[in-house]
Amino acid sequence: MTPALPLAEQFARGLAAPICLTWELTYACNLSCVHCLSSSGRRDRRELSTTHCKALLDELERMQVFYVNIGGGEPTVRPDFWDLVDYAVAHSVGVKFSTNGIKITPSIAARLAASDYVDVQISLDGATEAVNDTVRGAGSYRMALRAMRALAAAGFRGFKLSVVVTRQNVGQLDQFAELARDHGAQLRLTRLRPAGRGADVWHELHPTASQQRALYDWLLAHGEHVLTGDSFFHLAGFGQAPPGLNMCGAGRVVCLIDPVGDVYACPFAIHDSFRAGNVRDDGGFARVWRESALFGTLREPQSGGACASCGAYDACRGGCMAAKFFTGLPTDGPDPECVLGHGEVALAVAATSDVAPPRPSCDHSRRGGPVPVTIGRRTQPAVVS
Amino acid sequence: MNVVPEARNERRAGGAQMKAAPPAATFDLDRPWCLDERVAVRPEPFGALLYHFGTRRLSFLKDPTMLTVVRALAEHPSARSACESAGVTAHELPAYERALATLAQSEMIRGRASR
Repeated sequence: MTPALPLAEQFARGLAAPICLTWELTYACNLSCVHCLSSSGRRDRRELSTTHCKALLDELERMQVFYVNIGGGEPTVRPDFWDLVDYAVAHSVGVKFSTNGIKITPSIAARLAASDYVDVQISLDGATEAVNDTVRGAGSYRMALRAMRALAAAGFRGFKLSVVVTRQNVGQLDQFAELARDHGAQLRLTRLRPAGRGADVWHELHPTASQQRALYDWLLAHGEHVLTGDSFFHLAGFGQAPPGLNMCGAGRVVCLIDPVGDVYACPFAIHDSFRAGNVRDDGGFARVWRESALFGTLREPQSGGACASCGAYDACRGGCMAAKFFTGLPTDGPDPECVLGHGEVALAVAATSDVAPPRPSCDHSRRGGPVPVTIGRRTQPAVVS
Repeated sequence: MNVVPEARNERRAGGAQMKAAPPAATFDLDRPWCLDERVAVRPEPFGALLYHFGTRRLSFLKDPTMLTVVRALAEHPSARSACESAGVTAHELPAYERALATLAQSEMIRGRASR
């Protein structure tokens, strides 16, 4: 037998099709979360039609993409959403969709519970109404809880309670775990990225250095039944690597298809710099995935750049490309949340630059902007006496 | 060569999958096996990806020969014969047996009735 390369190295060279494909169906959303990574709100007139969506699902079936992670915006507000879910399942493409719960009525929940091929992820960013609604908007906690109760009552076991870990909710991890358990759900924790509107509030919402340590310890101690989407690989710098591939999958095993069919390297990188093509181009999604110059570059061996001499580089691989990009850091340097503190230094240097960090290439926020709440202590101007 | 049991569509946090793989359960090389009907197989340059729609788990076959073995299972009276037909030598057989045991544990393959 030939000695095989480690899987992560195999994957870094790219696969015949993505393992984890996120498809954002619409930029329309009933909520205006302050940290929305796709700056969603209003529908884009160029949104893929039902026919386009079905053609794309046909292509995903041919490529043997086993399942898609459908998000948005709020995907369930598309009138053809359930039709598309049925179409995907009938074409051997499993569906996991993220929702704020608005359309999860008892009858929908019963329908969802009946299918092995559909999984549901309810977004909630606070274990209490006060913490959640501050970022996701008034009424969003009750809406999510109503959906969770409907799924539980319908006998849907193991749906996901999906939480973006923030400075404000990182102290509620036990409560989230309890909430999931009480509803027969599985807890999923993911990292806050400074993508979309998230870039505007990242400095106030991202966990502090000591909170990151607490999060790491919590994951190691209690994480047996917690999903993370591999999103915390930057924490590997603390010592023990979190489970999973511990690599940036952007353009290698992961990509994003946005509502207008644009293909980006990952869901957190909606910017022209990371746009590989469009599913409506000649050759479709398969050609974008297999032949785009951007993805080709991402699949080449990466240099560690400024991190190459760091002892933790083999563990954290320099962290998240998108997090660096949208905080104005070089993508071959430390992650802004580098657990060894190199990110803070880099951010301080970047703050002295005349060049502002890049902005997302598109913004579908509703006019009037996200929910008018102020996070944290910024309400009180610091008084220096 | 190995089947890596680490993957789900998302990986669990925490220690379980970081620990060394437990010794594979005994695997009966001499009975007939087949892929579970709910498993899809996607060939990849390194071998193949397997996805189980029922358990929503992924597995990786890190070797093209293993892919040949897995695909041959249903056509052969025993896993041993499927391995032989794929060119697995006696020396290599224990590694393939372990990999098959892992696939059986994760329900990717299942025993089938002898004809």
